[in-house]
Amino acid sequence: MTRRTPLSRTVRWVVLALFAVFFVFPLYAMADFSTRNLIQGGRTLAAWKNLVRDDQLYSAITISLALAAFTVVVMLAVLVPTMIWVRLRAPWAKGMVEFLCLLPLTIPALVVVVGLRGVYEWVTYFFGESTLTLTFVYVVLVLPYAYRSIDAALSAIDLQTLSEAARSLGAGWATTIARVVVPNIWSGILSAAFISIAVVLGEYTIASLSGYQNLQVVIVQIGKTDGTTSVAASLATLLFGFALLLLLSLFTRGHRRGPGTNHVAQATVVAPAPAPAPAPAPLATAQPGAAAS
Amino acid sequence: MARNGIDRLVREALPLVPFLAFVVIFLLIPTVTVVVSSVYDQGVFSLDRIHALFTDTALTALWKSVLLSGSTALIGAVLGAVLAALIVSSPPTSLFRRMVISLCSVLAQFGGVALAFAFLATIGLNGVLTVWAQDHFGWNLTGSGWLYSLTGLILVYTYFQIPLMVIVFLPALEGLREQWREAAVGLGATTWQYWRQVAIPLLTPAFLGSALLLFANAFAAYATAAALVSQGSPILPLLIRAALTSEVVLGQAGFAYALALEMIVVVAVVMVAYTALVRRTARWLQ
Repeated sequence: MTRRTPLSRTVRWVVLALFAVFFVFPLYAMADFSTRNLIQGGRTLAAWKNLVRDDQLYSAITISLALAAFTVVVMLAVLVPTMIWVRLRAPWAKGMVEFLCLLPLTIPALVVVVGLRGVYEWVTYFFGESTLTLTFVYVVLVLPYAYRSIDAALSAIDLQTLSEAARSLGAGWATTIARVVVPNIWSGILSAAFISIAVVLGEYTIASLSGYQNLQVVIVQIGKTDGTTSVAASLATLLFGFALLLLLSLFTRGHRRGPGTNHVAQATVVAPAPAPAPAPAPLATAQPGAAAS
Repeated sequence: MARNGIDRLVREALPLVPFLAFVVIFLLIPTVTVVVSSVYDQGVFSLDRIHALFTDTALTALWKSVLLSGSTALIGAVLGAVLAALIVSSPPTSLFRRMVISLCSVLAQFGGVALAFAFLATIGLNGVLTVWAQDHFGWNLTGSGWLYSLTGLILVYTYFQIPLMVIVFLPALEGLREQWREAAVGLGATTWQYWRQVAIPLLTPAFLGSALLLFANAFAAYATAAALVSQGSPILPLLIRAALTSEVVLGQAGFAYALALEMIVVVAVVMVAYTALVRRTARWLQ
């Protein structure tokens, strides 16, 4: 339909190439910088080996991975039953749950951390002084992303019929959720989990300002004396996040059933658009047909 | 009868308690704490902390934050819209598109500290580009440490604002139906006329809404700036850091609360405008 002259084609490619240079060059520079041998010249993998050899960095990596795992487990345990319940038995609360889930996009993490001190005095009183207590606030932090993914998956199935069928065959609520609903919204759960992992691994604001040492805090700390190791660790987190999201996007291609399902990937990637009001950011979430065209 | 109704309500609401507890304790209480503590000092109502917002230091930080967010929102929105327009013509399932979207979403949402190091590795003191320009042309790219000033922040923020624009603007571009173009062309419009009189007017609310979102995003961003600028506090988020870590800034304890309140107010105003624009977009996009 569209007529493209050779000139406009050339312009397109030139502009695309300029964007590619702007975005890829800093990443290339990180790879180059982190493999440089500053003392003897030439190349070395010393900075990359530090990811496992440097005790402080290695323990920060394990802490952040553990935080990511805990956050995903708690988030799913809290959010999935709530969202299913709201759809089935308490539709009056749907607007409120959605509003609360998207609220963290409007209230900056920086504001939360300023007001968090009092709350965390109680948390450490009950759970002790551990970086893993960050799990609680991280669960809130990932709510918007997780909500969008799971909501898209739930919209794509006939939840009412499924659960009524399960219940009439004698299943309790726990069985219905675990054995009937969850297997049907697997793609949404997976993308909620992946995105939450990426958020937690990249989190700096809350950890640093409340005095905990997670991966990003340690990266900044090490950067003051050993720039190459910090650059290596930064590039590693970026590549890991990229791999997670690309994998997710490729995975959701194979799991397309109805017109609704292909929004799972879209809705999650598009997650930042916050809509504090009842309108669920139509810009970002569903627009049937548009994605397929 | 009434008892029955209450019973039902309790039974319906009970499973929501864990979720509500999380949100109340770890989101609402901290926010309310900020608002209350900015006007109550040890139980006594006082506007001292609010007054401190109008000192030179605080006003300068606010102004620089607005400048940073405004300029990167503008640059990000324009360039991001161009990039989105280039991407939208490739099919949604193509590997190229998936890779671009994944990269955009990593840079826009999860970059943080890593982006600061990306630019330190590129144009920092020993950065790859710095060394290269020095060796080949004898240029000094790092002159006067601009990377650690507002100019540097503008450059680094652009690196995550453009990808964010791509992500939030792409759905609006996809919402443009091919039939509308065909209808316009069928009625004798040129490509230019189609863009000028159909596409651009339709996309304007979405474009402005996305630009506002970018503004709020930059205004509240902390990690990148904090990792890049370790000394001093040129912008509002870094002034909050200073107020939090040193207890007394400007001779005003608890100043962080007032600054955080200022941030809430600015972001809230921007987001309300954003929501209004999104509603407008929704009218034709659905």
